[in-house]
This record gives sequence, C-alpha cells and structure tokens, in this order.
Amino acid sequence: MINFLYNFLSIPLVHIIVALVAILAFIGLNGVVLVYMERKVAGFIQRRPGPYEVGPQGLLQPVADALKLLGKQLTSPMGADKILFWSAPIISFAPVVVCFLPIPFGPSQNSTGMELNLGLLLVLAFSGINVFALCMTGWGSNNKYSLLGAARAVSQSVAYEIPLLLAVLSIAFQTGSLNLSEIVSSQQGVIHWNIFMQPLAFIIYFISATAETNRAPFDLPEAESELTAGFHTEYSGMTFGLFFLAEYAYMIVVCSVATALFLGGWDGPFFDGFWWFLFKVYSLMLVLMWFRWTYPRVRFDQLLNICWKWLIPLSVLNLILTAFFYKTGTLKC
Amino acid sequence: MKPNESKFELNGDYYSTRFEPSGSETGDTLILNMGPQHPSTHGVLRIVIELDGEYIKKAEPVLGYIHRMHEKMGEVKTYMQYLPNMGRVDYLHALAWNWAYVGAVEKLTGIEVPQRAEYIRVITCELNRICSHLLWWGAYLLDLGAFTPILYAFVDREKIMDILQIVTGSRLTYCYYRFGGVSADITDEFINQTKEFLTDFKTRIPMYHDLVTGNMILRGRCEDIGILSVETAKQYGATGPVLRGSGIAYDVRKVEPYSVYDKFDFKIPVGQNGDAMDRYDVRIAEISESIKIIEQALESLPDGYHINPNLPDRIMPPKGEVYYAVEGARGKIGIYIISDGTAKPYRLKLRAPGFSNLHLFAELSQGTLLSDAVSILGSLDLVIPEIDR
Repeated sequence: MINFLYNFLSIPLVHIIVALVAILAFIGLNGVVLVYMERKVAGFIQRRPGPYEVGPQGLLQPVADALKLLGKQLTSPMGADKILFWSAPIISFAPVVVCFLPIPFGPSQNSTGMELNLGLLLVLAFSGINVFALCMTGWGSNNKYSLLGAARAVSQSVAYEIPLLLAVLSIAFQTGSLNLSEIVSSQQGVIHWNIFMQPLAFIIYFISATAETNRAPFDLPEAESELTAGFHTEYSGMTFGLFFLAEYAYMIVVCSVATALFLGGWDGPFFDGFWWFLFKVYSLMLVLMWFRWTYPRVRFDQLLNICWKWLIPLSVLNLILTAFFYKTGTLKC
Repeated sequence: MKPNESKFELNGDYYSTRFEPSGSETGDTLILNMGPQHPSTHGVLRIVIELDGEYIKKAEPVLGYIHRMHEKMGEVKTYMQYLPNMGRVDYLHALAWNWAYVGAVEKLTGIEVPQRAEYIRVITCELNRICSHLLWWGAYLLDLGAFTPILYAFVDREKIMDILQIVTGSRLTYCYYRFGGVSADITDEFINQTKEFLTDFKTRIPMYHDLVTGNMILRGRCEDIGILSVETAKQYGATGPVLRGSGIAYDVRKVEPYSVYDKFDFKIPVGQNGDAMDRYDVRIAEISESIKIIEQALESLPDGYHINPNLPDRIMPPKGEVYYAVEGARGKIGIYIISDGTAKPYRLKLRAPGFSNLHLFAELSQGTLLSDAVSILGSLDLVIPEIDR
C-alpha cells in the first residue's frame, strides 16, 4: 500500500498537485500564524498586550478576523471595470502559490515541491506578476486613491526589482546554479553560509525585498495617511482578504528565498532541517515586522533615490567584484 | 424619482464643481477630494487638491463640516450657561479656551480672581498644554507612517488626564474655570501626583528624542518641508508654534502677560528656517518649558481662596466690549464680547488660531508632493472643531 502511494506520488503531475495543495495549506496556516504574530509583535513594541480576548492568549484572534472577512458583503464601486476589479485579487494571490514550488523546505527530496534547474528564476518571475494585479486594481476600482496607489506600486516594483535581481545574481554567480536546492547544499556548515561571503548582497536583497512586498517603511502603495488604503481602498471582505493573504505569502516567499540563498537554508545542527528552515524564515519575518512598527514611511522620491542612487550602483559593484574574484580564481566555491 | 431613490451628483458638489484648476503644461491634472473623511485630516476637514502626477498644483481647504454655531449659541445663552461650550471648541486644549472666556467676562465685569486660583489655572492649563502637544506628537508621526510613537505618547497623556480628572472631574472637555476662580480647590493628591509625574516625565523626554527625533527617515520627511517665511506667517495671522517655528518669539504669555505668567521664568523656543522640523522642535521644547512653569507654580503656590467669595449672584456685565487673549497650544486664542448690559452677550466672537493656521496650508502645499502635504498639514496642528466653531 505504502509502496503504491509512493509510486503514485512520484508521478510528476500528481506530485505537483499534491505539492500545490500542501502549499495552499501552508500559506493559509502561516497566514493565521503571521496575523497573530504581527499583532503580538506590534503589541510588544507598542507596550500593550496585543490580542488576548479571543481564545487563550488571543490565539483565536486570526480565526475571528478571517470569519469577519468571510462574512462581509463584497461590493464594487459605481463605474468600476467589473472584470478587472474582480479578477485582480485572484491574480494577486494565484502566482504566489507557484513561487513556493522550487523552495527546498528541508533536506529530503520530498520537501521540495518541484526540483527545477531554474527555480530561482521561477520565483522571481512569478512574484513579478503581483504588480500586474495592483495595476488592475488601480484602473478597475474607479477610485483616484487606488489609481495613485497603483502608479506608485508599479514604479516602486520596477525600480526595486533591479537591485533584487543583481543581488540574487551575485549568489548565482558564486554557486554557478539557479537551482535553490543546489544553492542550499553548497553552503553546509555555518561558516559557508553565503551571508558571510556576500554581506552586501544580503543587505541589498533584504531592503529590496521589503520594498517589493510593500512593507513599511516602503509601504507607499497603501500609505494610509496619504492614500487612505491605496490600491485596495475599494475592496471589502474576502477580496481584501486575498490581497492581505497574498502580502503575507509574498513575505514568506522573500524570506524563504533569503534563507535559501544567504542563510544556508535547512542547514543547522541538532534539529531536523525543516525546523531550521522555518526558524530562519520566521526570524527574518520578525525583522520585517520590527521595521514596520519602528520606522516612519519614506517619501516617494526618497524611496526611488535609495534605489537608483544607492542600491543599484552598490549591487552592480558587488556583482562585478564577485565576478572578478570567482572567475579569476582568487576565491574558490 | 422614486421616493427611496437617492440621486448622486457624480460631477461633484458646489466646491468641486466651482474649483478652478490652475492647469499645467501638459494640461493633464487630477482633482482629488482629500476628506472630509480622510485619515490625515484629523477630523472632518476637506481639501480639494489639484494633482499633476503626485505634485500639488493647487489646494483649497473646504470648511464647515463640523460647524456647530458656537458663536450664535453665545448670543442665546447666559454667560454661565455658555461656559461648558468652551471645552468643546478645541477639545485638546480645553482649559485655554475656558480661560480665555472666563478671563474676558472677568475683565468686562470687573471680577477679582484670588492669587491661588490664578496659580491653579496656570498649573492645570500648562498640564493641558503638555497633553495637547503629546497628542500632536503622536498623531503627526502617525501621519508620517510611524505607528508606535502615539502609544508611547499616550502613556504620559493618560497620566496627565488622570491627574486633571482629580480636580476637574472630566478627562477631555474640561469645564473647570469659573468666573472669579476655579470650581474646586486642588488637593494634596493632585499636587503629589503632579510632582511625581513631572519627575518621571522629564526622564522620558530624552527617550522620545532618542526614539524619534534623530531618525533619518523622519528628518527627511520634515526638514525643508513647508518652509514658512516670516512675511507669509504675518500676512495670514499665524500664531503659536507655527509662527514661532519661523523665528518670531511671539507668545501671549510673554508679550502681553495675563494672569500671573510674568512671575515665572520660562523661555519662548523659536525655530530658524520655519520648516516642519522647526515646528516639531518648537513644540517639543515647549513641553519642557511648560514643565518648568508648573514646577515654579507648585513651589510658590499661595494659600487662600480658590474662587472669589464675593461673586454676584448673576453675571451681568455692564454695557461695553472686551477682548481677551490667551496662549493656547495652537496659538493665540481670543475672545471678543459685546455686552448690552443683559445676562446674555450681545455678540461673541471666537478667534481660533487654527483658522489662520489652516489657510497657510494652501500656500505651503503648492508644488509639493502629496506626502509632503500630509506632513505640512500635520505640522500645522489643526483641530477642526476649533476652525469651524
């Protein structure tokens, strides 16, 4: 029986479908955990208890939140482009599921959704689709705040994708592979983690990732003191919920990729690799939350200045140096 | 039209249809209604903005969404009945409005105020000023996207409200001052708690600076934003920290001292450039000055009555007119009363500092980015009920 199941699972199509279902469950579960974590972390930073009424220690708060969102009426504004308006949340959320496929969650073969030689490229390509959804909300909502938010989102994403790619590229250069599993297995032992070889690339990657996921202090597309809620102003109930879930899912993706590229992935002593992976991802998430509840928001021109004047030149420099040292053989992989 | 069918005018109302766009070279501008419900207008202010991309070509404040006819109410109520209204004009510095009104009536009627009452007024009014500045500090940073500081500010603000609650009985819309004094004498509990709070609070101000003032992002959002020149400030009649941020040391407490303010040693903090950061610095420095005033007042608090014991049964000022100004947290609060000798004022005019300060926004925001406009609006520290009255 087990043998049969194992054989059944090794059919590529079945494997992908099972992986996708598992990923959806993973995203949903993590969404619940992260909502609770975000609110507790915010509470801790702001010296208040955070949620503690619903369930023991407020553990059921995310469930209550989700039920509230599910129960709300879905409305669309007068004069909205219905097709764009209703398909945008789905287009925002759907690609993120694919992004999880090539990520190695653990050392065993089955903990990667799909072994891909171009895994890294797949993640970057599919996470780029999110901008398209934001663009659609901006146009479809028939709301000026949404339009401004979408315009910001597009220019922000276009700008920050460049340093992000360049930082990732220097790792690919160093490892000579775009396969995330191979990149992870090339950095066994804490000393060999890429963060020590490429600290600059890590910093550039992490800043760009914060901007890519529209997290504070770079949350300009949804800057609520200027644009009320930015691109999702007109969304209610679960359509808003999907944007919300997608945002958290993208956070997990960028943190997972950062873990795989720079922090040795599932590498670590004593525990099973999977727990190490989760631990590293959640530590990075904590830093993202810490950013959000600490810093004021930057202005739009400042945001682009940081990117074009600092991050891009630095990442190009980093790439050139990496190429120079590795190709001339000064450093060996 | 069916009875239940409401008709929306999609082209906008009176103000948006009559808004005259200044236009741009490309001729492609967007008219945006910011408010009356908007997170950063802090109340029901509405601003019609013409945007070219994210740059503001023209901004026009629209008022009147919370107009409550305070001035008219003054004409139909007796002097005493009108007193509670004063806590509702500017709910954040309610005691300054209390003071301006009772001061005007006392001056008109010729009621003497006992020394102890004057000191109590100074102490409570300054506590209220700190309270108001703290709320502004938190709300301004909230406008700039920092969520956390407001909760730190509220820790201290809560303590002040607890202290003021002991003597005034309320937490926000105070009605504590009476013609000829204050409604209740301050207690030992009040004095001890105030002293305790001030000692504690003084250690927290450096923490505020550490956490926020030096932050690079904050400075980037405030420095050289909304530079207010002295001439413009004078033209618009700006007062309070907005004017002092531009470098003019105009403070009613110093230039035309009322009550016992001439007995205290305090400085008037001023800025240099008149940008949003200067207005920020001025307000934070004012908190420290207020602490100094309260400490001196507590030290030299005289004994005696908290309210004039020989008050007339009915406040009936003689025919005449009076103007009385005090320094509120937002600027010069002026009350002008014309009396016809009856128990009700013939006419009552409230000079709200926010009204003058608000109109600076149209001037300052021109050519700035939308985010800067939010920063400028926040730095003016507006309380909308006070502007609409």
